[in-house]
Amino acid sequence: MAEPTITLKVARYRPGKDSAPTMQTYSVPYRQDWVVLDALNHIKDQIDGTLSYRWSCRMGVCGSCGMMVNGVPKLTCAAFLRDYPSQEIRVEPLAHFPIIRDLVIDMSDFLDKLKSVKSWIVRKVEKPVAEGEYRQTPAELEAFHQFTQCINCMLCYAACPVYGLEPEFLGPAAIALGYRYNMDSRDQGKDLRREVLGSHHGAWECTFVGECSEVCPKDVDPAAAIQRTKVDLAKDWFKSVLLPWGAR
Amino acid sequence: MFTHDIILIGGGGAGLRAAIAAAEQSSKLSIAVVSKVYPMRSHTVSAEGGTAAVMRDTDSLDLHAKDTIFGADFMADQDAVEVFIKEAPGELIQLEHWGCPWSRDADGRVSVRAFGGMSVDRTCFAADKTGFHMLHALFQTSQKYDNIARYDEFYVTSLLADDGKVRGVAAINIYNGRLEAIAGKAVILCTGGGGRIFPFTTNAAIKTGDGMAMAYRAGVPLKDMEFVQYHPTGLPGTGILITEGSRGEGGWLKNKDGYRYLQDYGLGPPTDTPVHRKMELGPRDILSRCHMQEYAKGRTFEGPYGHYVHLDLRHLGEEVINKKLPFVRELASKYVGIDPVYEPIPVRPVVHYMMGGVHTDMNGSAPLEGLYAAGETACVSINGANRLGSNSLTECLVFGARAGRAAVQYAAAQGAPSSQRLEALARDEQQRLDRQFLRKEGGKEKIAVIREEMQKAMEDGAGIYRKEEDMKRTCQLLRELRERFSNIAIEDRGDVFNTQLTAALELDFMLDVAEAVAHSALNRKESRGSHTRTDFPKRDDENFLKHTLAHRTPDGPRIDYLPVTITRWQPEERKY
Repeated sequence: MAEPTITLKVARYRPGKDSAPTMQTYSVPYRQDWVVLDALNHIKDQIDGTLSYRWSCRMGVCGSCGMMVNGVPKLTCAAFLRDYPSQEIRVEPLAHFPIIRDLVIDMSDFLDKLKSVKSWIVRKVEKPVAEGEYRQTPAELEAFHQFTQCINCMLCYAACPVYGLEPEFLGPAAIALGYRYNMDSRDQGKDLRREVLGSHHGAWECTFVGECSEVCPKDVDPAAAIQRTKVDLAKDWFKSVLLPWGAR
Repeated sequence: MFTHDIILIGGGGAGLRAAIAAAEQSSKLSIAVVSKVYPMRSHTVSAEGGTAAVMRDTDSLDLHAKDTIFGADFMADQDAVEVFIKEAPGELIQLEHWGCPWSRDADGRVSVRAFGGMSVDRTCFAADKTGFHMLHALFQTSQKYDNIARYDEFYVTSLLADDGKVRGVAAINIYNGRLEAIAGKAVILCTGGGGRIFPFTTNAAIKTGDGMAMAYRAGVPLKDMEFVQYHPTGLPGTGILITEGSRGEGGWLKNKDGYRYLQDYGLGPPTDTPVHRKMELGPRDILSRCHMQEYAKGRTFEGPYGHYVHLDLRHLGEEVINKKLPFVRELASKYVGIDPVYEPIPVRPVVHYMMGGVHTDMNGSAPLEGLYAAGETACVSINGANRLGSNSLTECLVFGARAGRAAVQYAAAQGAPSSQRLEALARDEQQRLDRQFLRKEGGKEKIAVIREEMQKAMEDGAGIYRKEEDMKRTCQLLRELRERFSNIAIEDRGDVFNTQLTAALELDFMLDVAEAVAHSALNRKESRGSHTRTDFPKRDDENFLKHTLAHRTPDGPRIDYLPVTITRWQPEERKY
């Protein structure tokens, strides 16, 4: 019996040659335990060595292989062929980002945003290593732990309709990481981050569609981080307006 | 041409730690991190179980040193191990200050767990995503240093050496295909290992031994390359790692009869709660061999991806699994359809780590002026013939930082590189790439075919059990593959994001690394640590208590040896 196959329609775009992306059709073996990335690797190794895409760990933690699979942002290493019974799967680069080639997008904007929220521990005075670790209780860890799970795969940006319309929007992952550091008991940088998180293109721009949390492969729930950031910002604003100087 | 003081190749745990260490020496120094992937994609991200250091009063530096040396089957350099153990706690505290979300005890201290071959609980962890959290903490922290410049998605093709000194690198900007010369006074290789020379590995696609091969080509010997670690618990088919932390938390290995077979191999007696260094907490080399023995006795399961045993976590209960091993649950559920709360996980030994690497001293300095290496790329050696689990993340930090500082000190005494000379060297490199790949017509050999044949040759001749005739055949096959590689076909002539070209360059590097492994193994006529020969089943301290050095020659590797440094721990029989 012939091996069952499945059809992959893959977006191709060669800069300098193509004016717009086109779809190329490949027939690949259908295997129960194959993910979309396995099918792409089969194409690259056996059918068409010119197809370009990013991948590395193939276990859902390096964040390289995010693509649109049948129009939905997915890690292709965790999207199983068996979950697409239509016999035809469409693979395209992540939406809302400039395409460099084929399935490869330009992620430099995201890297800039990640840096802009000061995604690191800010201290007024650094504690010397000789003084040992900061104590942090399990409850204090719990306050931000979920938001440390972001693998920077950018599926949330590809799902966010606001980012699609307004590329200046800081976006789900960057806000969630800013919030993550704000909530870390070791951090003292909240005031510095307020400027970015509370800016015109910060948390307020989110219209709470919630698609980001829907597509997040690591259950980070960036939508919750954004809403809590808004609450924090509002509280800070009320404090600054209502309280006498000494109590702020 | 770009110019910096210090160039890091690789942006994983070791590379970023080295970059920050160098950047902190002086804000006037310019540091470049050049990597074929964005730093947070580096394979450090996949490390799970934890990172070891003496963090508690119940532990001691000597005990950690002894465990490491014993685990290494006495092939580790003991002076280097002592330095490593001593600096390890400070490095973990530093990372704690940089925001790593370590799992915590009720009193707020960083938690520690048991790990294979360790006498006490000393493995700090962030659930079972320790490498992921360490890498992101390092990467995010690195953003605050204005003197660290990143060259993301630049593929380094060779070191540029002038007058006997490394003065920079040639790197393809993957975005536009241009080969750039990046000048620096010192270069630190932090490109990880090369597990991808084997067919079945926990290693990510990017682990192709690039840095090892580049050093080797520049005349630097590769040390102890025969020592390749099989991790006893990978998922069949994919090779995805199931952390040793799952056994540290109390998981059991069972054969097809439901029997905890490790008790038959001198690791018993079996107990319900884990005992350090016993049973499932034995070292990786021994546990992987036990698996193969069980297979030989017909006591393993048989599946579509070969023999396997069961890793049983059910008795730990859902709460412990969710708290301490959530990633194990996610991976097993997703990739083999098993929820470890209710069913045992199928596992089998899988290539995981290379103890060998670029020959360096304990400052990361290689025997070529201006060249340094750290992390899995390097062989200092603290891991000897078998690394203990959770020492490698710490190694990235300790020796990354040491290499970063040493490189800065070296660079301070160096004049600026000659841009004319470097540009000439880069032009030569461009011509080589054109000749071998980009302008070559009529190539017939497919990258995937040669890669698969290389991987099969390595598994057949340089796997868990080795013998002379198999290794000789592997060495012969690798020579033939090297010949065939010169006829490689490159259909993609595009400048932008040409991943067929990078795949060919990676294969080119892997063929060099594979040969160094196979020849080093063939020449070590004893069994020690991970290197097990059926034709020489005993350890032979008289003839082989020495490091292997593989030097590259046109006819294949030339092997010589170097003494092992023994200080306070005299070799004895390694029994657990």
